[in-house]
Amino acid sequence: MKIHEFQAKELLKVAGVTVPDGIVASSPDEAVEAFEQLGGKLAVVKAQIHAGGRGKGRFKEHPDQPGVVLVRSAGEAREHAERMLGSTLVTIQTGEEGKQVNTLLVEAGLDIASELYAGVVVDRAAGGPVLIMSSEGGTEIEKVAHDSPEKILNCNVDAGYGLQAAQVRKLAHQLGLSAAAAASAQKFLPKLAKFFTDNDCTQVEINPLVVTAAGDFVALDAKVAFDDNAMFRHKELLELRDLNEEDESEVRAGNAGLSYVKLDGTIGCLVNGAGLAMSTMDLIKHHGGEPANFLDVGGGANVDQVTEAFRIILADDNVKAVLVNIFGGIMKCDVIVEALLAAYDQVGFTVPLVVRLEGTNVEKARSMLAESGKDIIAATDLTDAAQKVVASISA
Amino acid sequence: MSILVNKDTRVICQGITGKTGLFHSQKCREYAREVRTDSDVFVGGVTPGKGGQTVDDFPVFNSVAEAIEKTGANATMIFVPPPFCADAIIEAADSGIQLIVAITEGVPTLDMVRVSHYLAKTSARLIGPNCPGVITPGVAKIGIMPGYIHTPGTVGLISKSGTLTYEAAWQLGNIGLGQSTAIGIGGDPIIGTNFIDLLEMFENDPDTEAIMMIGEIGGDAEIQAANYIKDHVTKPVAGFIAGQTAPPGKRMGHAGAIISGGAGTAAEKMDALEAVGVVVAQSPADMGKAMQEAITRKNG
Repeated sequence: MKIHEFQAKELLKVAGVTVPDGIVASSPDEAVEAFEQLGGKLAVVKAQIHAGGRGKGRFKEHPDQPGVVLVRSAGEAREHAERMLGSTLVTIQTGEEGKQVNTLLVEAGLDIASELYAGVVVDRAAGGPVLIMSSEGGTEIEKVAHDSPEKILNCNVDAGYGLQAAQVRKLAHQLGLSAAAAASAQKFLPKLAKFFTDNDCTQVEINPLVVTAAGDFVALDAKVAFDDNAMFRHKELLELRDLNEEDESEVRAGNAGLSYVKLDGTIGCLVNGAGLAMSTMDLIKHHGGEPANFLDVGGGANVDQVTEAFRIILADDNVKAVLVNIFGGIMKCDVIVEALLAAYDQVGFTVPLVVRLEGTNVEKARSMLAESGKDIIAATDLTDAAQKVVASISA
Repeated sequence: MSILVNKDTRVICQGITGKTGLFHSQKCREYAREVRTDSDVFVGGVTPGKGGQTVDDFPVFNSVAEAIEKTGANATMIFVPPPFCADAIIEAADSGIQLIVAITEGVPTLDMVRVSHYLAKTSARLIGPNCPGVITPGVAKIGIMPGYIHTPGTVGLISKSGTLTYEAAWQLGNIGLGQSTAIGIGGDPIIGTNFIDLLEMFENDPDTEAIMMIGEIGGDAEIQAANYIKDHVTKPVAGFIAGQTAPPGKRMGHAGAIISGGAGTAAEKMDALEAVGVVVAQSPADMGKAMQEAITRKNG
C-alpha cells in the first residue's frame, strides 16, 4: 500500500526523522494561508499524487505548469494552486491518462548545501532490510545504479537491533560528509531504518535527502509503501489509503479476493494461480495477441468469484475475447466448470469465450461444457487455446 | 533416492484442526497409502490448546515437541494463518524438525526476516512459504499438489509457482519424463530454500538425471541460479520464466513478482539462463519440450 508524500512526512516526523515545515492545502485560499504561516518569503508547492516525477510532470489543462514549483509571494502561491488543484498531472510514472490533484503540500524553503539519496528496501538475497545511499541525490537511483554503480552504497540493517553507529560512521566517511553532517546522519539514519521496520514498510525512499548549510539532514521528499500482508497489525495505517490513486477495477477485484492487474490489450484472461496467470499472458503474446489483464482467481474459485471476475474483465471496453485457463488440482475441473456455467448465464457474454481445462476430473468437465449448449469454444491444450482466442478476434 | 522427502519421512501438520489443514492432511495421507503400504507417512498434527483430540484418526498435539516425542515426526506441513506462521516455523525448527514446508500465503516479509535469522542457527530446512509444497512421486507428498499428475522419474523440478508446477509436471509426464522430486519454493520475496540450494541437491542426487527450473519476474534469484549452474551443474537444465508481458511496478499476484526499477524482468532472466546453456522455453506450452531438448543436447 502506497501513501502520499504529506502522509509519509507526518509519520516520519512523529518517528523523529526531520522533514521541512509544511502545511497541507486543498484550496487556493489554504495555499496562500500556508505560505504566510511558513514565513511568507519562499515556499515550495507540491502536487500530492502517488506517482513520482512530479517536478518534471506537466498538467493536461495547463501544459506549462509543473507539479512542483517554487513560489516567492502569496500571489504566486495562489496562481499555482489554482492551476494545480482539480487538474490532471501527467508524469513519467502516471501514464498518459495522468492523475487528478486534489491536495497540495506547501513547504518552507531550505538553505540547501547538498543533496543525497537514502532508501530502505528488503534485500531478498541478504534476507533483510538494506539501507541504500548515494551522493547523487535528486536523480533516479536506478539511473545512478546503471550509470555509476560505484556511487551506490549498501548497508545491511539488522531488523532486530537496528542500524549501528559504526555503520553510519562508515557511510558518512564514504559520502565525504562534514563533521556536522556526520553528526546529523547519526540521528537521522537509524531513525529512518527503525521507521521502516516498525511499520512493516516495503519501501522508504528519501530523494533528495538534503544537507543544509548548517549540516542538518532533512527529508525533502519521502516515498513510503507498506507490506499489504502486515496491515493486520497496523490498522491505523489503513486509514491513509487513497482509493482515488488506485485503479477502480483493481480495487473491486481486491474486495472479491481476486488478484487483478489491468493491462492495455484486447484478450481478457481468467486463470487459477499467479504463475499460470502470468504465463497465460505470455502465451497470448507469443501467439500474436495482447493480454487485457492479469487475473488469478485463486485456488478455491466459487460461482461468486468467477462471476465477479468475468464482470471485471468485461467492464474493460478493450476486451474483444476472453480466455479461461484452468489447471484443476485439488480444485476439481468439474467444480470450476459449474461455476463457469453459472457465471456465464449471470454475466451475459457478447465476446467469444475460449476455455482450456486440464487436471482432475477434466473429462467430466469437458462434457459438461459441451452439453451446456452455450457458445463456448473448447481448447485442447495451451497452444490450441491461444491460437483459438487470437483467431476469434481477427475473424 | 530423491531429495528432501524419502521413505523415512514422517509428517505432521501444524494447523491440522483448520479446514484446509485437515483437508490436505487427508489428501497427503491418501496419496501415501495409495503409493505404498509399508507404513503411515502422515502421523498427526499440532494445534496449541487442542491436544488430546483426534481429527479423522489424526492425533492432535499441543506442541511440535510433543508430536515428535509421540510419533517420531521429522517433517511438518504448515497451514496456520499468516499472522502466526512465522512462530509456527520457529517452533518446528526449535523442536528439531528437519524439513518444514510452509504452505501459508500472506506472511509479512519482516516476519520472514526474523525466521531466516532464526533458522540460520538451526539445521532445519524451510520450503516456502506461499508454496504448493514438495512431492517425491511414488513415495510421499507434503503439500497441496494433486498427486496423480506427478509420475516417478528422473527429472528434478523446481518452481516458484503452484499451478505452473502442475502444468510443467503434466507436460513432462505426457512425454514420459517423471520426476525424482518436485518442489514449489514459493513466490514471496524471502523464502526458506532457493533455486541454488535445490540445484545443488539435485546435482548430487544419483536418481536425478535432469533439472527443470521455473522462475518468474522479480528479484534476481534466477540470475544467481544461472551463475551457479555455469560453475556447478553438469546435468541438463531446462527453464521457463513467467511474466514476459508483465508491466513494471505492478505486483503480479505473488508478493515477490514485481519488476522494480527496471530490474527483475523475464527477458534478463531468460538471457542469463540461456547464456549458461539452459534450454529456455519461450512459451509455457513448451516446458516439456524444452526439457526433452536439454536432455537430447547433453546426451547427443
